[in-house]
Parts: sequence; C-alpha cells; structure tokens
Amino acid sequence: MVSVIFGIFIVIGVVFSICTGRVEVLNNQILQGASEGIQLLFSMLPVLVLWTGVMKIAEESGMLKQFAKFVQPFLCKLFPSLKKEDPALTFIASNIAANALGLGSAATPFGLKAMASLQENNPKKDEATEAMVTFLVLNTAGVTIIPTTVIALRMSYGSANPAEIVLTSLLATFCSSFAGFLLDYILRKRKRR
Amino acid sequence: MRLVSIFIIPIFVVGVILYGFFHKIDLYEAFLRGAKEGLVMTFQIAPAVIAMVFATNLFLNSNFLSWFFQFLEPVLTFFHAPMEILPMAFVRPISGTASLAILNNILRHFGPDSFVGRLASTLQGCTDTTIYVLALYFGSIHVKKTGHALAVGLFADFIGIIASFLIVSFFF
Repeated sequence: MVSVIFGIFIVIGVVFSICTGRVEVLNNQILQGASEGIQLLFSMLPVLVLWTGVMKIAEESGMLKQFAKFVQPFLCKLFPSLKKEDPALTFIASNIAANALGLGSAATPFGLKAMASLQENNPKKDEATEAMVTFLVLNTAGVTIIPTTVIALRMSYGSANPAEIVLTSLLATFCSSFAGFLLDYILRKRKRR
Repeated sequence: MRLVSIFIIPIFVVGVILYGFFHKIDLYEAFLRGAKEGLVMTFQIAPAVIAMVFATNLFLNSNFLSWFFQFLEPVLTFFHAPMEILPMAFVRPISGTASLAILNNILRHFGPDSFVGRLASTLQGCTDTTIYVLALYFGSIHVKKTGHALAVGLFADFIGIIASFLIVSFFF
C-alpha cells in the first residue's frame, strides 16, 4: 500500500510536470528531494531523542504501568465481551498508555500481545472478534497526549509557540475516537439482531 | 488555552522526573538509555523519510492536485478550507511518513503559525496510520475477515479531519 503511494507520487509528479511544460524544475527537485529528507530528519532528531530519554524514565520508574492501571477500569466498559481478569485487557491498557505518552515503539509489542491473547479465545481463527475490532478502532485513533514529532517540526520552522497544537490535537483525537466507538457500537448491535 | 499548551510539556517533564526520583531509579542512566533508543529509531526511519520526501516533493510541486481537485475548490472555498490540506487528509491513514513529508512541505511554504500550518499539525497529531496498523495487527495473528474494522477506522479518520478543521478555526 505504501509502495503504491510512493510509485504513484513519483509517476504522476514527473508525468504531470512534463505535460505542463515544467521540465526544467524537475531535475532540481529530484536532486533536492534527498537533501530535504535529511533536513527533515535532523529537525526532528533533537526533540525525539530528548523525548525518548524522558519517556524511558517514565517507563523504568513504573509510571507507565501506573497509567495503564488507571485506564483499565474504563476499558472494561468498552470491551463488554471480555472478562475483567482477562490478560488481554492488561495488554490493551499498556498499549493505550504507551501510545498516549508518545512511546510508539513500546506500544506495538503490547498491541501484538493483546491481539495474540484475544486470538486464543477466538472460536473462528480467521475471523476478527468484536473485541479485536474495538481494540483496533481505539488503536488507530492514536490517542497521543504530546505529539513530539509535530512539535519538533514546528519548532524548526520558527513557530512562536510550537506546542500550541497540543490541545487542538487532543480534542480532535477525542472527537474521532468517540465517532469510531459510536459507529463500532452501532454496527455491533445491528449484527446481533 | 494558550496557558494549557505552554505548561503541558514542562509540567509533564517535571512530573516524570519527580516520579522517577521518588521511585529511586537512576534518572540519568535511564535517560541515556532512552535517548540512545531514540537515536537508533531516527536512523531506522531515515530511509523511509528520504524516500517519501522525495516522492511527495515531486508530486506536490507538479501542481497535479490543484488541477485534479478543481471540482472540489468551490466547496472548499465555501467553508474557507485551504486546498493544501487535501493531499495530507488522503495520505494520513495510509502512510505516516508520507503525511509527515506533506506536513513538512506545508510548514515550509506557509509557516507553522498560519492557519494551514496549524491545521496540518493538528491533523498529523490527531490520528494514527489506520491502514498500516490494521495490516500489522491483523496480519500478526492471521485474521483475514476483519469485520467492520477498516470502515470504522476510516470513518473515525474522516471525523478527525472535520473536527481538526472546526477546532483549529475555533481556537485560532
């Protein structure tokens, strides 16, 4: 899927530039593309490194676990098909907590464990259970408290207040997650009938 | 609103440090371990970032979008929505790196404190790469029939785009 985007972008970009008679800029752009990629990386690097450092402290001190414990009771309501002591719930909570704190790389292993754990109690192994679908709706919504990469980029382009989008992102995430849950809930109810 | 976004990071950092301090872990060593992970991570994504910046630059600078989406322009102008956000909205659920490259482009051309800049920043922060996440998680346990997961995920993204637009218009 990503490789389709990559291919389409290049082919359309080149063909359309030629058709509209802008060939002379093409050469420049092809050569510039790589150096701009490096610039982008280097503008993100400092904040990313700093942040993963801070978050490692949160992880090793048990703050992450504490946070996961805090969200778990709310999760029981969202996953009516799971029992309270289901180990999958713990993994789901850890995944959500890590995602929320911007620890994407720590979140994925928890997410995969949650899926494996849900799969154990799945009667039809090639079909998604209700809980799986709800979990992925929650996960794709990507609830992040502090979007570090975006802040880093804004900073490198000289924003007066790079972090001003923290609250707008949070509110937008909240809206989209809520919409996702609502639709998931409605579709689930309808299927049962 | 301004106060919240100014204070959220400093308070968060101090909170993490204090929590670590009272739980008696080696703060400095933990920080260094994490920072090293971040460094490795950045170099791991480097090839993908360079590839996507290269591809999106060619695509965006060809003016293909403004030609292709001409029919949408009256609708967007009616809502005072900037045209430049369209490619990002389309690419966001499929590739995080491609949308990051588009965000980079928007911030450079219009500035981070412009309306489009703020909108694009909010959009990048508000959702995850739906299609990628679904493929990864369902693929890991060999589930083929994914029910309504994709439809709901994309619907949520769509609501996220609209919500971002309304919220950014309201706040700034």
